Amino acid sequence: MTIVRQAARAEASPAPAPAPGRTRPRSKDLRIALLFIAPAFLGFVAFYLVPTIRGIYLSFTRYNLFGDPKWIGLKNYTDIFKDKLFWNSLWVTLEYVVLNIGFQTVIALVLAVLMHRVAKSTLVRGVLLLPYLIANVVVAMVWFWMLDYQIGIVNQLIDWLGLPRIAFFGDQAWAIPTIAFVNVWRHMGYTALLIFAGLQAIPGHIYEVAALDGASAWKTFWRITMPLLRPVLVLVMVVTVIGSFQVFDTVAVTTGGGPINATRVIQMYIYQRAFAESDFGYASALSVILFIILGIVAFLQMKFLRGNESDLS
Amino acid sequence: MATTLSTRPRARTAPRRRKPINWGRVGSWTVLAFFILLTVVPFLWMIRTALSSNHSLAANSSNLLPADFSWGALKRVFGLQSQQDALAEGGSGAAVNFLLYLRNSLIVSTLITVAQVFFSSLAAYAFARLQWPGRDKVFSIFLGTLLVPPIFTALPNFLLIKNLGLLNTLLGIALPTMLMTPFAIFFLRQFFLGMSREVEEAAMLDGAKHLRIFFQIVLPNAVGPLATLGLLTFIAAWNDYFWPLLVGQTEASRVLTVGLGVFKSQSPQGAPDWSGLMAATLIAALPILILFLAFGKKVVNSIGFSGIK
Repeated sequence: MTIVRQAARAEASPAPAPAPGRTRPRSKDLRIALLFIAPAFLGFVAFYLVPTIRGIYLSFTRYNLFGDPKWIGLKNYTDIFKDKLFWNSLWVTLEYVVLNIGFQTVIALVLAVLMHRVAKSTLVRGVLLLPYLIANVVVAMVWFWMLDYQIGIVNQLIDWLGLPRIAFFGDQAWAIPTIAFVNVWRHMGYTALLIFAGLQAIPGHIYEVAALDGASAWKTFWRITMPLLRPVLVLVMVVTVIGSFQVFDTVAVTTGGGPINATRVIQMYIYQRAFAESDFGYASALSVILFIILGIVAFLQMKFLRGNESDLS
Repeated sequence: MATTLSTRPRARTAPRRRKPINWGRVGSWTVLAFFILLTVVPFLWMIRTALSSNHSLAANSSNLLPADFSWGALKRVFGLQSQQDALAEGGSGAAVNFLLYLRNSLIVSTLITVAQVFFSSLAAYAFARLQWPGRDKVFSIFLGTLLVPPIFTALPNFLLIKNLGLLNTLLGIALPTMLMTPFAIFFLRQFFLGMSREVEEAAMLDGAKHLRIFFQIVLPNAVGPLATLGLLTFIAAWNDYFWPLLVGQTEASRVLTVGLGVFKSQSPQGAPDWSGLMAATLIAALPILILFLAFGKKVVNSIGFSGIK
């Protein structure tokens, strides 16, 4: 939504665009435009539009990949409502999102402010961004090894400190926090860079005025930086929360949903229902529910954090 | 968008320089150094383990240098080691051929990148510069797909690829993102909107057609943004796991990320082949590390609001 709005704003700004209040675009280029747009349009219809409609349709059917989908109305949804595994997956996912987003946002904010104030070099930013460019699967493997119970370096360190070893991926209580940590590690630099870009957009003269008034760095941060940064922070939160809800790769290659059900996040559950149990209708209904949850979460964040209003004007 | 971000002047208040020791700065750098270390150490540990021999890892688990240096793990994952040697060095003995997965990943990522950037640039141009009825409405609908979570379209797309007979083919893995992604179109449209119209208009007066203008004037002027988008697209395609996991299950159609998962699941349970696993991980990460060393600045500067996917 926000991106659409940004696009609209960007469209209004470049000088060569026709003046506001212009008439409808003339259709002089219609034929060439159709040619230019044709491949993308095909891709849009075949891989976005039709699948979206088909996904909604499938959620009202029973379908095991063989034969035709059989219409069963709302049965999948009523079943899901009573499905303990679904509620578990929702709870586990929520636990993951809270831990992941909580730590990630605070660390990224600190890093962004530090990059902005003391280390403006591209090298520092580059190094911190690096984990984000590496595949989830790769990152998961490296940490799976470093956090190994027997000979992982982290447990060696814990041992050396005289503390009891931790079964990071094997302990039900530790599994989700561990996976959340791994993904905080991967995303903190990227998130910091997004916030950093927002910090750069705050005009320098505002800080100069604050400095003249003798405001402390602490006060400047809370009274000036944070309020002006709010729209960016909200945007970052919306995007990262939505991404966080769809955690899959890390879980799939480390715990596979275990131990017991401790890390069976919602996308893992959808995957297992669809491909391990060939229950495509049920899995589609789960996806619809996830879609709705994401929509509500994004809407609430925008509404309550007032992400679409800027204090900078 | 990306270009505007990188060229934005950086007029900031200059930090005070007089004080002998600025404890705030020392503290700031300490925190930064900690996070830089936290970022770098796992990479070093990955390389260190990949160059160790697996049996020596347990005895030297906290030694920072490779334990009993060996190329064995790398040979093993490239399928260059005999089964006996592999078993003797702690591998599973199952056939693994990361050379093939590497090739597959390269083909899929290249195919996606070239096709997606090209087709998206065509569409972006039509959205930015051509005049046709319904243009802005169609664009908003395209952008609306950004809101649909990938998992939601993944199941129906799997059925489509299956119906097309493309399951377990590289084309089947690449196809859904070859024609467009909303992000690619958005990204390029932003650039085209900000481009000066003068040259195009001059060419138009000379009687040049849109097709010629696009290929001879617009594209050459957009090399920078096209390269940035290409880089981001390649990295995303290279790192993708969920979709190739659904569509590329056979040995012949496995990409690196999927191969890595299979390799891990085949590793002996009691005593995993850590060296082999880290060698495979290194192979999967290396091309990105190389791209990053070559074009890191471009990537870093492209992360702004337009970088949100």
